[in-house]
Formats: sequence, structure tokens, C-alpha cells
Amino acid sequence: MTSTTTTMTPPDGAGRAAQDDAAAGAGIAALIAEAPVPRPTLAKTFGAMMAREFRVLRRNSISTFMRAVMQPLLFVFVFTYVMPKIGGGFMFGGAAGTAAAGASGLGAVNFATILVPGLMASMLLMQGIMAVTFPLVMEFSWQRTIEDRALAPVPIHVLGAQKITAGAIQSFLGALIVFPIVLLVHAAGQAPQVHVTNWALLALILVTASLLTSALGLLLGTVMDPRKMQMVFAAILLPATMLGCVYYPWSAMHQIRWLQMLILINPMVYMSEGLRAVLTPGVGHMPMWAILTVLVGGTAIFGYLGTRTFTRRVLN
Amino acid sequence: MTDSATRARRAAGTAPGAGPDAASGTGAGTAIRTEDLRKTYKTSRGDVPAVRGIDLNVPSGELFGLLGPNGAGKSTTIGMLTTLVLPTGGRAWVAGIDVVADPVGVKRRIGVVTQNNTLDMQLTVAENLEFRSRFFGLGPREAARRAAQLIDAFGLGDRRKAMATDLSGGQARRLLIARALVHQPEVLFLDEPTAGLDLQTRVNLWEILRVLHDQGQSILLTTHYMEEAEALCDQIAVVDHGEVLASGTVDELKEGTGADMVITVRYDGAVPDGLAAETGLEGRPGVGKVETGHDRIRVFASEPDGVLGELMAAGARAGLSVRDATQLKPSLETVFLNLTGREYRE
Repeated sequence: MTSTTTTMTPPDGAGRAAQDDAAAGAGIAALIAEAPVPRPTLAKTFGAMMAREFRVLRRNSISTFMRAVMQPLLFVFVFTYVMPKIGGGFMFGGAAGTAAAGASGLGAVNFATILVPGLMASMLLMQGIMAVTFPLVMEFSWQRTIEDRALAPVPIHVLGAQKITAGAIQSFLGALIVFPIVLLVHAAGQAPQVHVTNWALLALILVTASLLTSALGLLLGTVMDPRKMQMVFAAILLPATMLGCVYYPWSAMHQIRWLQMLILINPMVYMSEGLRAVLTPGVGHMPMWAILTVLVGGTAIFGYLGTRTFTRRVLN
Repeated sequence: MTDSATRARRAAGTAPGAGPDAASGTGAGTAIRTEDLRKTYKTSRGDVPAVRGIDLNVPSGELFGLLGPNGAGKSTTIGMLTTLVLPTGGRAWVAGIDVVADPVGVKRRIGVVTQNNTLDMQLTVAENLEFRSRFFGLGPREAARRAAQLIDAFGLGDRRKAMATDLSGGQARRLLIARALVHQPEVLFLDEPTAGLDLQTRVNLWEILRVLHDQGQSILLTTHYMEEAEALCDQIAVVDHGEVLASGTVDELKEGTGADMVITVRYDGAVPDGLAAETGLEGRPGVGKVETGHDRIRVFASEPDGVLGELMAAGARAGLSVRDATQLKPSLETVFLNLTGREYRE
């Protein structure tokens, strides 16, 4: 194949235009005649789409890192460093809550220990939705840049699955970034009591939780009215986080039984509790079978619904 | 598949794996075929038909134009042919492949220049081309090489590292066309490729399309610019309200008006009933058609001598003054007038 440097730039005059046109014509003709024959496969196209995601992620790495770090960093800084320093720290199972803690199996557990799995779960949800839902809204806007990848030689639902995968990776990385922050930022004597009981189980929970949040992101991005995207924060992210056992374990909710039952519809609860089970075994948590059932089942359901609505949105 | 086999397939306009359906849908040398292709959108206000049964037959290597005003159904038709819009009736084949039964097979064989700027705004010019190449199976090195060639050929060398968001309208259009060509498509679809561009940029893009056409590239182009269709297309289908009103070469379409001249007289008031008949033009040898509008009469004539005078005299007898009079040789605009009875609206 030959390379050419001829161009289609606007001409300065008639003679120049004719020369340019002729040269450009030859260049374009060569491009067609000697074009490489493409041999797309599903794996190659999927891989290329993932490579594109990583290129974009790398380009936006600073803003992505800031987005991932600031919220948990400030949260643990205030609650596990500032508050204990000014005498406002609190412990589950401390003086005020001993009875309740005893009933919920908490024992004397500091707040940092509660926060480690909770903030990781919060980050999984935040990143999963931010990585999928918000770009989708842009892609489905009036310019419909989604058509760029919808014309790639794969079924549309594969494109949806690719978006879930890419979002899950970002979600997973977000949780990993949070881990050292919540582990290391605290006042003296406020260190979280973290002990990984089962690394394989930790990986499984992180992976399924990442996939679940990303699939949820795909579903939200395809069913929500783009003009009302701020509702995602008010109606989904905020309630899911505040009632997602991020700042307290599910077992401690037994004193408000109706709320303890109600929040079982929140997938965030199972992410927090799953991570609590493998990271902070000293804190009471849900049974693992319930956690895994919801994480795996939720991923399957949201994944199915998300790719279905995505396909419908792409295909008019 | 070997390179030579692929090129032979391009030349023949056939596709590998084309089954019996495909065989019935397109013969050798057919790039696009549709049979009673329909699309009706369901909305809260009821069903809205966008395409009402279009039949097309585009031979390989042809530059075929769908010409019609905005809202005529051109983009919906191209959407169905490029698999992004699901038909609600009829059938369509591109490069011998059924667009509904095997959309992936179709997508492998087509390049699409969308009406909107659908460049990947998160990527640079070079990356847009590289990743499109990789979507179509090229390795990273080969994709980078292909991107470099396309960038040079399309005059984007100094914008190689620019983000897609930073391109001018003309540059974005050139990049969209370059991107559509990365994988050697059998059929190239261009949806209003020059809409909104300045004249110089349009002329440059026309030149690119002519070169592609000269190379045997099958092209389907939609446009609402009559001069664009006339300048570029081998065959044109005139579309309005989701239907093909007429199709053929520009000359065939003009001949189809049955007139050498279209004479229009506009009066300063409403044309009374029977005025057209009073002129005695209807049925006269050399007069094809007489149309009466609110304040005008239009005559399609192969022998136009005296027609203008008759119209002016008839108006005067009815107490009407002539506000405006035109005599036009048949053009695509008069073709549209003849077919629809309405002025062409872009």
C-alpha cells in the first residue's frame, strides 16, 4: 500500500484548484484501491471498543481520580479525624449505644471500621452510574453520537454489554482507590479494624457489585429523560447511599424494623454488607447467601433490562 | 476471504453468505434494493408514517440520490438501510444482505456519513479513524497506518491531534467521510453530507464524492439541495411524504414533465373558478398540464408560444392584474412542481 500526502484543502486559484483536485483524487483513489481488507470478529470489535474506553479514561484520568477520591477523602477526614479530635467522635457499642450494639452483635466498633466497606460500596455505585449513565445521556442527545459505535459490526446488545463491562471496570477501580484512603486517613486510635477473611470472596463481591452498578447505570441512562438527569442524584444516588448501610450495618437497624425491611429493596445494602462480611468480620452482617443471590441476580436482571432498553433506544 | 475475492465481490455487488433471501433481494450488480419499505412511528398522538412503501433498485457503482424536502422520509430510509431504524413493513437488502435478518452483515459492508456530527467527541481526529479501523478488525499498527493515509488524503494533516470537538463544520464532514471509508465499504451512505456548509466546502466535498464515484464506489446520497443532486447523481429518486414520486436520471425526470417550459403567472388576487378553462389552454396540443393555485396558474408546455399571453389576457378579462410571471426550463424544481403541484421547500 502506498502512502499519500495529497490534500483536499481549499484552492487559491483555478490552476491550483485543478492541481489539488487531481492530486487529491489520486490520493483518495489509492486509498480505495489499496485499502486493507477488514476482518472484523466480535472479539476484535469488543476489544477495540474497550481499548477506546481506556484511551478516554486515560485522557480524563485526573478528573476521574479527583471525582473518585474527593468525596470519600473528605468524608473519612471529617468523621474519623476531625470529629474524634474535637471530641465528637462516636462508636457503635460506645457508652450511648452499648445495649443496642450488644443486641446487633457489633461490640465496640469504631466508625472508621463501619465506613471502610460502606464507602467502598458507595464508590462502586457512584462510579458505576457516573461511568455509564452520564456519557450515555450525551451519546443519546440530539447529535446521537451513539451511532458512531452502533454502526460497528456487532449486534447492538453487545455494545450494551461492552458499556456495562467498561463501566464495571471503572467502578471496580473507584472502589480500589477508596480502599487506602478509608484505611489510612484517621485520627490516632481510630484505625479501622480490617481483616480480609477470604480474598476470593472479596474479589467476587467487588466484581459482581461493579457489574450490578454498571448495569443499573445502563438501565438508568436509557430510560431516564435526559432533561431530568439531576433526578439521578436526588431520587437514586442520595437515597441509595443514605439508606444503603454505608454509615451503619444492616443488623444495627433492628430497632427500626420497618426501615430495616424496607431498605432490603436497595441493592446498595447488599454491596455494603458483602464488603462488610469479608473486610470487617467483627461487625455483624447479612448472611452471605442472601448477599450473593442479590448481587448475581441483580446483575443478571439489570443487565438484561439495560441491554434491552439500550437496544430499543439505539434502534428507532 | 482474500483481498482479491473481496474486490471481485465488490465489483460484482454480491456478498458472501448471502442466502436465498438475499438472492431474491438483489441480483449481481445490485448495491441496494427495497420492496415496499415502510416505517411508521408510534407516538402519543398516534401513528406517524415516515416512509410509506419505497421501492429502490440501485446498481453497484452508481451514485444514487434521494432528493426531497426536509421531512420527506429520506433520513428514515437511510436509517433503515443502515440498520439503525427498524422497518415496520417491506424488505430491504444492502450488498445482497437483508437489513433486518443480518444487520451485522450489512454493517460490515457499509460506510455511513450521518447527517449529524457523530464523531467521537472524546477522541482526536487520528483516534477517530484508528478506533473505527479497529472496530472493523484492523490491528493497532495497521489502523494507525490507515488513519494516517486517510488524514493526509482528506487534508486533515494539520488537525491530526485536534479533538473532534475543535473541528470546523467542513473539517468534521471530511473526517466523517474518511471515517466511513476506513474499512473499504461496498456501499457508502451519505445523509445530507453538505447540509449547513458554506459553498466552497460543499464544492470540495462534491469533488471527493466524484472521485469516489469514479473509483466505482456505490453511493447512496440524500440531499435536499436540488443542484447537488443534479451535479452528482447518476439516478435520482424524488421523495416526498415518505413516497418515491419519480425516479430516473436527471434527463429522464425532466422529460417526464412532458414540457419544454413551465410558465407561471401570479395575479394580484384569487383566481376565480373556471379561469384556467377559459384560457382554452387545457387540452391544447403542446400543453401538458394546467394547474390552478390560489393566486396563480401554472402551465407545463412543450410548445410554450402564446401561453403567457393567453394567461395575461384571461386574467385581464377577470379583472386581475399580473403581479409576477416566470418561464422556466424544466429543472428538478419544476419536476417537483409537476409531481406534487407544490413549490419545493428546502
